[in-house]
Amino acid sequence: MARSLKKGPFVEWKLLDKIDKMNDSNVKKPIKTWSRRSTVTPDFVGHTFNVHNGKTFIPVFVTENMVGHKLGEFSPTRIFKKHGSHTAKVTK
Amino acid sequence: MPRLLGVEIPGDKRIEASLPYIFGVGPSNTKRILEVANIDPNARAKDLSPEQVNAIIHAINSLKIVIEGDLRRELQSNLKRLQAINCYRGIRHRRGLPVRGQRTSTNARTRKGPRKTVGVQRNPNAKAGKV
Repeated sequence: MARSLKKGPFVEWKLLDKIDKMNDSNVKKPIKTWSRRSTVTPDFVGHTFNVHNGKTFIPVFVTENMVGHKLGEFSPTRIFKKHGSHTAKVTK
Repeated sequence: MPRLLGVEIPGDKRIEASLPYIFGVGPSNTKRILEVANIDPNARAKDLSPEQVNAIIHAINSLKIVIEGDLRRELQSNLKRLQAINCYRGIRHRRGLPVRGQRTSTNARTRKGPRKTVGVQRNPNAKAGKV
């Protein structure tokens, strides 16, 4: 079921604080975050997030098209493994 | 075979049955269109007067129904967007795997296509085993 519009999009408040601070002072540096459940809002555009995927932090540069998605959607948690010889050329 | 909006060529079926030949118009949209255009759903498509054809076109436009090329383009651009921003759904589209969390251990044949048997490929760098 979709989220009630009344509440607005969910963003972790800690993350929102950081973004607000950075937007005020006009600095841009990557934000490390575990909050995969946060929705990307227009404030996020242009920032880089290091989104945890359970193991490492995947850098995600937020563009305008990404608004409305969750941060976790950009940080895959599984490695795509193909059949065949398991040499060095794995994933992606 | 009357032509509607350029390329649409519904047969001599009832108008209710021939409008869904248009890509983007299904049974429910047909119902709405005919209601706005004020046309009997049982009328044959070939028997429509030019005014009635115009009324249908007008109804499609006024109901803001996106059809044919425009709809195809819209779908394409949605897909492109998902793939461009590199989100999970885009990746699944690229790989040709189910997008909405279905299992892939078995089934998922609609997305994956016909079964392909993959044999074991030996790692050429592996050390030789027992003879």
